Amino acid sequence: MSSEHTYVIKGATGDWELVMGLEVHAQVKSNAKLFSGAATAFGAEPNTQVSLVDAGMPGMLPVINEACVAQAVRTGLGLNAQINAFSRFDRKNYFYPDLPQGYQISQFAHPIVGEGEIECERDDGTLFTVGIERLHLEQDAGKSIHDLDPTATYVDLNRSGVALMEIVSRPHIRTPADAAAYVRTLRTILRYLDTCGGDMEKGQLRADVNVSVCRPGQYEKFIETGSFEHLGTRCEIKNVNSLRFIMQAIEYEAQRQVDILEEGGTIDQETRLFDANAGVTRSMRSKEEAHDYRYFPDPDLLPLQLEDSFIADLKANLPELPAEKRKRFVEELGLSEYDASVLAADKDRADYFEKVLEGRDAKLAANWVNNELFGRLNKEGLSITESPVSPEQLGGIVSLISDKTISGKIAKDVFEIVWAEGGDPAQIVEDRGMKQVTDTGAIEKVVDDLIAANPEQAEKVKEKPKTMGWFVGQVMKAMGGKANPQAVNEILAKKLLD
Amino acid sequence: MTDFTQLSLFDVLDGLEKKDFSAVDVAEATVKAAEAAQGALNCFTSIDGDKAKEMAQASDARRAKGEAGALEGVPIAIKDLFGVHGVETSASSNILKGFKPRYESTVTSKLWDAGAVFFGKTSMDEFAMGSSNETAATGPVVNPWRAQGSDEKLVPGGSSGGSAAALAAGISYGATGTDTGGSIRQPAAFTGLVGAKPTYGRCSRWGVVAFASSLDHPGPFGKTVKDTALLTQIMSGHDPKDSTSYPGEVPDMVSAVGRGVKGLKIGIPKEYRVDGMPSAIDTLWEKGAQWLKEQGAEVVEISLPMTKYALPAYYIIAPAEASSNLARYDGMRFGQRVEGEDLIDTYEKTRGEGFGDEVQRRILIGTYVLSAGYYDAYYLKALKVRRKILEDFNAAFEGVDAILTPTTPSAAFGIGSKADADPIEMYLNDIFTVTANIAGIPAMSVPAGLDKNGLPLGLQVITKALDEETMFAVGGALEQAAGFTAKPEQWWA
Repeated sequence: MSSEHTYVIKGATGDWELVMGLEVHAQVKSNAKLFSGAATAFGAEPNTQVSLVDAGMPGMLPVINEACVAQAVRTGLGLNAQINAFSRFDRKNYFYPDLPQGYQISQFAHPIVGEGEIECERDDGTLFTVGIERLHLEQDAGKSIHDLDPTATYVDLNRSGVALMEIVSRPHIRTPADAAAYVRTLRTILRYLDTCGGDMEKGQLRADVNVSVCRPGQYEKFIETGSFEHLGTRCEIKNVNSLRFIMQAIEYEAQRQVDILEEGGTIDQETRLFDANAGVTRSMRSKEEAHDYRYFPDPDLLPLQLEDSFIADLKANLPELPAEKRKRFVEELGLSEYDASVLAADKDRADYFEKVLEGRDAKLAANWVNNELFGRLNKEGLSITESPVSPEQLGGIVSLISDKTISGKIAKDVFEIVWAEGGDPAQIVEDRGMKQVTDTGAIEKVVDDLIAANPEQAEKVKEKPKTMGWFVGQVMKAMGGKANPQAVNEILAKKLLD
Repeated sequence: MTDFTQLSLFDVLDGLEKKDFSAVDVAEATVKAAEAAQGALNCFTSIDGDKAKEMAQASDARRAKGEAGALEGVPIAIKDLFGVHGVETSASSNILKGFKPRYESTVTSKLWDAGAVFFGKTSMDEFAMGSSNETAATGPVVNPWRAQGSDEKLVPGGSSGGSAAALAAGISYGATGTDTGGSIRQPAAFTGLVGAKPTYGRCSRWGVVAFASSLDHPGPFGKTVKDTALLTQIMSGHDPKDSTSYPGEVPDMVSAVGRGVKGLKIGIPKEYRVDGMPSAIDTLWEKGAQWLKEQGAEVVEISLPMTKYALPAYYIIAPAEASSNLARYDGMRFGQRVEGEDLIDTYEKTRGEGFGDEVQRRILIGTYVLSAGYYDAYYLKALKVRRKILEDFNAAFEGVDAILTPTTPSAAFGIGSKADADPIEMYLNDIFTVTANIAGIPAMSVPAGLDKNGLPLGLQVITKALDEETMFAVGGALEQAAGFTAKPEQWWA
């Protein structure tokens, strides 16, 4: 790993480096919960999406939702991971009012997905690989609401029993920015697979970040030997819910650990919480206070045995993933690495682009999506799904440029009209007489007139060819911007330079 | 005037069909008998005459239309562990006092669908933990049977002691129970009834308050083997709401009862001879083997070497599952809550006051054996023993069709007689019955004789998984040979 992608904290006693592993909880996109038929829609009235099972009523039993299993397998395949044909559900026992059964059904000893890896992309376009240790299915808990009443806590069980995938990375992440890039990449993959909505604000994606610091060279020894003794003691920051907070929490936590070590102290293994308002992490519970979850196989559920055909079917129907898409955009469409990355990095953008593309010039389409459209959307603070210009409309504009009906400059005007008023670009061009003139005779006439009227200026072009631009401008002006710029240039060159 | 208390389930069906009486007549007599006995026997947690009458009227209407089900018009007593819609379901625990589920267990649904009539719920050891029905929140249940010349109150066995006592007293014509380590078979033996526990997965656990999920078996009590076979058959069947429910067809258990044992091979496991067992039980066991031989079966001695580890393994697995299953009784959503100073205090007070001593003991044992550092030594080892016991049975059933053993190591004992004893002495009641729960295989108790004090004793028949037919065939043969007609002398009402 190059040094610019290592985060170094300078201490009086020497340099420190960071090592991180993440546990991402991704809410499975499904209509029903993991073990009950209750609905999962976000934002419903409290306690309206709760089955008898979710409420932990006496004698109620869980029954696995096959759709959630398929989503987990699909995700595992997308993470290039081992799919375990045999997996099992365990009970994780602890008491809390928003955990109605008094245990969470999870997969401890035998997860449904084993080791895999994903290629993550940084903002600068460079790539890095993060190993995936496992992915397992588990139930979410309900939600405790402490701020509705000064003395009481309210519990909303709508989320109780919703399926989560816990995706555990190997400690392969070295900088706060890489941690964010990892989560961003993971989110993109999940959204491509349609296995998780990925909306962090809605809690569909939450991260626990394990942070430790070590001296330079120690991480490399860990990678070589696999032995954790080379790494520092880790602290786990629970439930961080935005990319920005992930980076802030890590920066704070790393500095905190370094400060302790610099003063000759030791790091206590503990669970910490990130206080976003204060920008600090605080101790939640120490290792000694850690729960003994008393995991054991859930006797209400049989082990999960997946048929080879079930896995093969899901594999055959897996969509193209961002890394593949990026590669295809470069190799088959001839896009630049940058354009390909920007387009593939988000499923909605990629989908939009591919609709604009349909049979059209790829570079031109990419240019219009990445520059004109994204530039305008950013300016207005809109997301791609909120774009007032549909991919069909933008495709129409691209076609009009390609077949030389309009120039790039006119196209920008057409784009503005479509943005503001809507409509079919071809019709707009037709109705408003925006077609460009490619009739060389007409252009030649204007050029001849201009040369005749400006003989000195024409002489000057022979000495300084760059001044031909003045003539181009004059021709365009005379023709109301509708002359084909290429034709104008060619004609001028012939008449002035030959 | 019919003495309803003397009728079997099939007698009632017969009488209803012949219009000797109506379902309302039976229901009214049953409710009256229940109310009359309740003061002395304390076997019900609730009696619901209104609901009984309403259901009986509907039943009579169905019969009149020619739409009679297999249990049309028959009152069945329901153990308080089964969720019955709108009726208090407390598992005989203070923590669930007042809890009325808005659902009906699959097993009771099947009974009502077959035309059975609800009239009351029966007491049990709290959360089905016990072998004497002394741990119920509503106090001990009294066995209708008493030793000759004694008025000492005896236990009916447990945990389904209320169902057993009610049926033995002639109240009702069948009853539901659950059997986690012997909780149907042991009380059946103590009260002169037939009690059956079909294969694990035959009867759905959905809607039944859980004690130990992998060991809990719903099943019935009956006055006769045939009554019991019919009830088992009705209560069985695949339930998609229970992931451990067996998806196959339910065999014709009633027809199997009269099939006989000719040509069957019956195993007598030598490990079931335990020190200090009363000679009457040993004698009865030998008699049972003789009866089967006389009806054409071959009787052979077999070995189940892992038997002695069954009880210790059971008392690790069952409390482990219970400690987790009972975590939901936290006073937050239903049942009783005792407010404390903060959350932890509320938990502690709610559970400390809501659960009785035996339940708390088992939660503690279960929590301990699942704890980090002890899991491998206890829980994991117990699971290994469990597999070995299953292998023992599988090996035995290579050579025999059924296994015959005593049901219990003693007859019914006095209420409070084990109060000061080590809890293990109480646990030893399950020594012959737990093995079938651990292996998940069918087992039943058939009343076969009286001891020298005139108290009933039972013999147990065990068969391989899903072979309830052979179990009922052997049970039927024993019943026929034993000719057990003794009834407790009526003293309670």
